[in-house]
Amino acid sequence: MPELMYREALNQALAEEMERDHRVFLMGEEVGRYNGAFKVSQGLLDRFGSARVVDAPISELGFAGLGTGAAMVGLRPVIEMMTWNFAILAMDQIVNNAAKLRHMSGGQLRCPIVFRGPTGIGGRLSSQHSQSLEAQYAHFPGLKVIFPGTPKDAKGLLKSAIRDENPVIMFEHEKLYSVKGEVPEGEYTIPIGEADVKREGKDVTLITYGRQVHFSLAAAEELAKNGIDAEVVDLRTIRPLDEERILESVKKTNRAVIVEEDWAFCGVGATVVDLIQSKAFDYLDAPVERVTQLPVSISYAANLEAAAEPSVPRIAEAVNKVLYRG
Amino acid sequence: MASRAQKTSAAVKPKGHASCNGATKASRPASAGSASAGGPALSTDQLLELYRAMLRVRILDDRMITLQRQGRIGFYGACTGQEAATLGSAYALEPTDWIFPALREASAMLLRGFPLVPYLAQVFGNSADVTKGRQMPSHQAARAVNQVSWSSCIGTQLPQAVGAAMAARLKRDRTVFMAYMGDGATSASDFHVALNFAGVFKAPVVFVCQNNHWSISMRTDQQTASESIAIKAKAYGFPGVKVDGNDVEAVYAAAKTAVDRARRGEGPTLIEAETYRMGAHSTSDDPTRYRDPKEVELWKTRDPLDRLQARLLKLKVWDARRDEALRTELLGEINAAIKEAESYGPPADETMFEDLYAEVPWNILEQREEYLEYLRRAGPAARGDHA
Ligand SMILES: Cc1ncc(C[n+]2csc(CCOP(=O)(O)OP(=O)(O)O)c2C)c(N)n1
Ligand SMILES: [Mg+2]
Repeated sequence: MPELMYREALNQALAEEMERDHRVFLMGEEVGRYNGAFKVSQGLLDRFGSARVVDAPISELGFAGLGTGAAMVGLRPVIEMMTWNFAILAMDQIVNNAAKLRHMSGGQLRCPIVFRGPTGIGGRLSSQHSQSLEAQYAHFPGLKVIFPGTPKDAKGLLKSAIRDENPVIMFEHEKLYSVKGEVPEGEYTIPIGEADVKREGKDVTLITYGRQVHFSLAAAEELAKNGIDAEVVDLRTIRPLDEERILESVKKTNRAVIVEEDWAFCGVGATVVDLIQSKAFDYLDAPVERVTQLPVSISYAANLEAAAEPSVPRIAEAVNKVLYRG
Repeated sequence: MASRAQKTSAAVKPKGHASCNGATKASRPASAGSASAGGPALSTDQLLELYRAMLRVRILDDRMITLQRQGRIGFYGACTGQEAATLGSAYALEPTDWIFPALREASAMLLRGFPLVPYLAQVFGNSADVTKGRQMPSHQAARAVNQVSWSSCIGTQLPQAVGAAMAARLKRDRTVFMAYMGDGATSASDFHVALNFAGVFKAPVVFVCQNNHWSISMRTDQQTASESIAIKAKAYGFPGVKVDGNDVEAVYAAAKTAVDRARRGEGPTLIEAETYRMGAHSTSDDPTRYRDPKEVELWKTRDPLDRLQARLLKLKVWDARRDEALRTELLGEINAAIKEAESYGPPADETMFEDLYAEVPWNILEQREEYLEYLRRAGPAARGDHA
C-alpha cells in the first residue's frame, strides 16, 4: 500500500468525489489559488475550476450560510474552515440551521453538507487557535461528527461524509496533516459510526480519537515494556458513537482509560464513561480514568502548552491507576 | 483604579510625544507644511519623532522575522510597509484614548510609551511578559497604554471598540477609541455590525482600515465589489475618507480630524489608508507563490519610510550622516532589548491556572495541586511532545 500524508489522503478524497459527482464543490478561505491554508486542496482549482473551488471572502458565518443554502437546493458543498476556532463565528448557520433544517421542515428539506477543517493544539498558537471543539458539535442532534486519526481513515471518512445525506462535521488535527500512513489504492470508504481497534490487547482499553490515537499507541508501546498489554480503540466517529465496539473491548479488558485532547468538563469522554457505566458496569474492575487537556486556556509559551495537553506519561500514569499499579 | 493609573504613569514615560502633552501642544512650532493638502499638520519635530518611531518598527520587524526563522519565537506578522498608516494614525490619539488593533498595529504601543523590553518579552512569551506567556506575538497588549490584544478572529475587535466607545459616552468622559482592521476584515459580519452600531449611536470611534491590497493570497477585489472601502461608511451614515496610507502626514491629518470629531461627540469616521503589505502575510506564508514581484517592486518605490526621509531631507532637518547614526543607534537598542528580553525564564507552570476567573475556583485549585503533584512525581519526563 502506498504511504500518503494525511493532507494528501484528504486531497484524494476531495478530488475523487468531485470527479464522481458534479454536485460536489469546495468553498472556504484560501482554498483556491493558495491551495488551502494546509494544502488540502492542492491542485483542485486547476483541475475543477473556480466555479467548484471557491475562494470565499473572510466570513465564516457567510460561507457556512451559502453552503447551507446550496445544500438545500441539491448541491453537495464541502465547506473548509481555516480552523474550527474561527468557525465559532459560523455556529448559527451550522447549529441553528444546517443541523435542524430537515427536522424543522417536517422532512421536506435536506442538507447534505460537510464542514471540515483543522483543530486542536497546533504548536504555540495560543488559546484562540488551539481549541478542541468536537464535543460542542457532537452535542447537537442532526449533526454527525467525525475525527479521523490516520490518512487511511481521513480519506475513507471524508468520502462517506460527502455522500452522506446529513450535515457532517469533520475535525482534522493540525498536527496530523503531515503524518504519513498507508492508504489503500483504489476506491474505498469508511462508514461513519464505526470505531476501529488500532491495537489489540487484553489488560486495559484506551479509547481515543484524532491525534491522541498516536499518543495512545505510543503509550501502549511504553506500557508493553512493563508487561501491560493495552488495546487501543480509535473512535473515528464521535457521533454516532460505536457503542458495540467500545463495550466489546471494555468487557474483554475490564478496564478503560479515555484519552482526548478536549477539556474533561462535558467533553467527549464524559459521554463514553456514561455509556460504559450504564452498559458495562458489572464488567469494570476499576473506575474509568480520563486523560484530557488541563482545565485552562492554551498558552503561547511552549512549556505551558506542553504542560496542558495530554502526554504519553500522563496516559501511562492513568493506565497504572486503573491497574492499581505504581 | 487610582493605583493602576499611578502605576501606569510610573511604568510608562511617553518620551517627547507632543500629542500626549497638552502643554507641548500649545507651544508646538509652526507646521512643517504638510505634503498633503489641508487638515491638521505635523511640526518638523513631530515628523522627526515619527521617522524615528517608524524606523524603529521597521528594524524591529526585520529582527523578529529572523528570530522566528531561527526558532527563537513562534510566529510573527510584520507591519513592514505599513508603518505610516499604523503610527501616523495612532499618533493622533491622546494617552487616555484606547486602541483596538488588528494584526499589524502592536507597535503603536511603543509609540505610546510602552517599553521595548516587556514588549519583546511578549514575543518570547516568558516570565517578563505582561500577558504571562499566553498571547501570540503580534498580539501584544498592555493596559498601561490602553491597548488591547488583537483577537485572532478577524473583525471581532470592531464591535468591542464601539461598545467601549459607547461606554465612554455613558460615563461622560472624552475618550476616543481607534479600531483597526485589514481590507479583508471588511468582509466579516462584525465589520458591518460595528459600523452600523457606531453610526446609529454616534459612538466616539475611529475605524482605520489598512488596505494593504492583500488578505493572505486574496486581492481586495476578491473581498469586495465596492469601488473603495471608504465608501462603505456612506451606507452607515457617517464619513469615510480614503488617504494615501504611505504618506504619514496625510494619515495623521485624516486621523486627527476624525479623532477630534469623535471627541466633540459628532460620531465615527472610517479611514481607508491605502498601503501595501511589503512582506509575507506572516511567518507561515510565502507570497512569491501568488504575488507578482513586479507589484512589490512598484510599491518599494512608495515606501513610507523613504518618503518621510525624503521629506525631512527636503526640509533640511535631516542628512545621511544622521540617518546612518540613527539606524545604528536603533539597531543597538533593539538588539540589547532582545538580549535582555530573551534572558528571562519561562512562565512558571502553575501560572496557567490563574486568571481564568476573577478568583481561582476550588476545582481549578484542586487540578493545579494534582498537576504539581504529578510533576513532582514524574519529573522532567512528565511533559508532552512540545517540551
Ligand atoms: C474569522 C477569521 N477567519 C480567518 C482568519 C485567518 N486569517 C488571518 S489573517 C487573514 C487575512 C486578513 O487580511 P486583512 O484583513 O486584509 O489583514 P492583513 O493581514 O492584510 O493585515 C485571514 C484570512 C482569521 N484570523 N479569522
Ligand atoms: Mg490586507
